Amino acid sequence: MYLPPVPTIVLNGEPTPIPEGESVAGLLAHLGLDPRQVAVERNREIVPRAEYPEATLAEGDHLEIVTFVGGG
Amino acid sequence: MQSEVDPWTLAGRSLRSRLIVGTGKYKDAAETKAALAASGAEIVTVALRRVDLKVRDNLLSWIDRDRYTLLPNTAGCYSADEAVRTLRLARELGIADIVKLEVIGDPKTLFPDNEETLKAAKILLDEGFTVLPYCTDDPVVCRKLEAMGCAAVMPLAAPIGSGLGIRNRHNIRLIIEAAKIPVIVDAGVGTASDATVAMELGCDAVLMNTAIAQADDPVLMAEAMRLGIIAGRMAYRAGRMPIRAYANASSPTAGLIE
Repeated sequence: MYLPPVPTIVLNGEPTPIPEGESVAGLLAHLGLDPRQVAVERNREIVPRAEYPEATLAEGDHLEIVTFVGGG
Repeated sequence: MQSEVDPWTLAGRSLRSRLIVGTGKYKDAAETKAALAASGAEIVTVALRRVDLKVRDNLLSWIDRDRYTLLPNTAGCYSADEAVRTLRLARELGIADIVKLEVIGDPKTLFPDNEETLKAAKILLDEGFTVLPYCTDDPVVCRKLEAMGCAAVMPLAAPIGSGLGIRNRHNIRLIIEAAKIPVIVDAGVGTASDATVAMELGCDAVLMNTAIAQADDPVLMAEAMRLGIIAGRMAYRAGRMPIRAYANASSPTAGLIE
């Protein structure tokens, strides 16, 4: 990942450094995730997929990136 | 045989299969796929979780979305708020608005918390979701969920993953008699005869996961469940004979040699 001093977000419960001005779309690309296969919640609010490129992450943001897994 | 096909309607969808299956607890994606195909299911449940960056074969990358309707669940949620939050995220994943609502009240039995389930159902229905709630086999709770506008009720047969079979046939029967929406027995089925009994009672469908996934041969059990459901439904439609306390000879009593 990126080295401090850079913003740190909490990604799925883990403190994670990100580049300054990183967007949700940029982060997903960095993580190798297909945006069509995930849903994103920032500080408990859903980020609509269409807004991923503009949604800029800030220091302290709590991000949840979820997907479907096998379940009953 | 044509009589095997007996379509039913769930929230405006016409379905041929009366078996809904889960996608959890399988060895791998290949086994899941084979079991789903053998079950003949058209609707399959999925759970929502944080992405695992170490796992590359995302379920959405291999499951045939044209063949199966994905039914997101709220497994692991212990409050209405958690369940609603989960299903809003599930909707964002591009799945239709149809969801399985389950709010658990106890970690040991995984029995549903009916109070929180009713609360969550209200919020979700107001937000336009099609709600299929998992609930106890309680006719009063089922009546309330139907009155709110749920698309079906899904009373448990027995605790999730227990394989105990239908613990209270009488309650399931009472729920079916009162309901004008589909009744889907969800959870507790252990083997094909349990699924058959559910269908013989008059359920519209059965939802199961563990009974197939944890069989020694999940693909063979999926096929057994498919057939068990069909047999039970046909027996229900055929109308079973009355139960008698004593024997009733099958051969004529007249014309016996002397």
